[in-house]
Amino acid sequence: MRLALASGAIVGVLAPAVGFFLVQRRMSLIGDGIGHVAFAGVAAGYLLGISPVATALAASLAGAVAIEWLRARRRTAGDQALALVFYTGIAAGVVLISAAGALDVNLFAFLFGSILTVTRSDLILVAVLGGIGLATIALLYRALAAVVLDEEGARVAGVPIGPLNIVVAALAALTISLSMRIVGILLIAALMVLPVIAATRVAWSMRSTLLLGMAIGLVSVLGGLTIAYYADLPPGGTVVLLAAASFLGTSALQAVR
Amino acid sequence: MPLAVELRGVGFAYESGPPVLDGVDLAIEPGELVAFAGPNGGGKTTLVRLVLGLERPARGRVLLFGEPAHRSSRRAELGYLAQRSQLGADAPATVREVVAAGRLVRSGLLGPLRARHRQAVEKAIARVGLADVADRPIARLSGGQQQRAFIAKALAAEPSLLVLDEPTTGVDVEAQEALAQLLDRLHRELQVTILYVSHEFGAVERFVERLVLVRGGIVFDGAPGDLPGVWHDPSHVHV
Repeated sequence: MRLALASGAIVGVLAPAVGFFLVQRRMSLIGDGIGHVAFAGVAAGYLLGISPVATALAASLAGAVAIEWLRARRRTAGDQALALVFYTGIAAGVVLISAAGALDVNLFAFLFGSILTVTRSDLILVAVLGGIGLATIALLYRALAAVVLDEEGARVAGVPIGPLNIVVAALAALTISLSMRIVGILLIAALMVLPVIAATRVAWSMRSTLLLGMAIGLVSVLGGLTIAYYADLPPGGTVVLLAAASFLGTSALQAVR
Repeated sequence: MPLAVELRGVGFAYESGPPVLDGVDLAIEPGELVAFAGPNGGGKTTLVRLVLGLERPARGRVLLFGEPAHRSSRRAELGYLAQRSQLGADAPATVREVVAAGRLVRSGLLGPLRARHRQAVEKAIARVGLADVADRPIARLSGGQQQRAFIAKALAAEPSLLVLDEPTTGVDVEAQEALAQLLDRLHRELQVTILYVSHEFGAVERFVERLVLVRGGIVFDGAPGDLPGVWHDPSHVHV
């Protein structure tokens, strides 16, 4: 449980930090698209007999870059690019998981999250890669925020929009791969988006939205895992329901202000 | 000193569509305030996108400060106010955060904004008269104030060329008057070259020195007073 809480704390902060840039750019559903590609990656891991987390990371990175490439280079509309990757990912996952004969409890742990499957090596991986993700956001915050506010203006001024968009997509892929043990592939996108939407209701600036979102994410994960542990509930669903409840809470707060 | 903007025999079409512009020749000196007018679909926004290096011409040459626009080494000197629909005016950002985003290319992409760049941001905010609301979320400001915030963002880069694409769309007459006076003051105080694109000019009309009418090409280029009848209704020009 302590391993799950420690991993969850990192994921709880990282997911909204990345989700913040997706929400502001109206790409909230990209996490779902990448999540379904990560499912194909997990299935490939089972089939090849190697770490599903590693194959999920590789697959979701490829999926994230594909979405961005389709959107930017081929002038495909954002939702079409997402749909293409989304459905290809889930279809590949179903075929691969069937071929591997791995339709078992371990797979459900990846799909819906599990407290008990988090190992010490998982925690180290989450800490190292999560730290890299958060450091990247801290370092590039102003550039990423500038793209959110005025992408065309930033492009005119010579800001490298393409590489920055790839960075955001790669961060989303990284977050999903690291979070799937805790929240599950099917719900991780919610943890990226819901705390940010909740924060937007009461925040007074971009920076406060980001920080409040991270705080709500952290409380949702730690609270959700604790409740799930003692009430014997699925952790992913409990965490996301808490994040959704935080939206109701901040909406109520906004209404009375 | 090179021309701020120079187009020679420029033609352009989007993908396999019909030509949007053909045979465009244009020279703009540093420090000029030039208005681009014309009917919707006439090519004025395309012409500006070519100048900004966002599109590349099918024929001819587009030079920005003497260099090909699409690979200009002086992009940091461009201040651009995109059409309102493309701006993140509903983002949960304060005026100060919006303007600070305009300082990005001067300050470098990495890490926090240093003191001298923060000063430049405050100066740009004060120049457009928004110092009192610098900490206010931009979404809670009027349309005119939002436009001024994004102009301050463009000014934060200390531009040599300021390009405004349909800046008066969606703002009331009073805000248009304030915008016109602001542009006139910026033009006089900063000697910045200003390209002003609009299908309607309103209050800005009296400050413009040169009018370029665009309809598939340049159909008029001169002082607004030389085109009295059409100037007041440029969207229906038949020259």
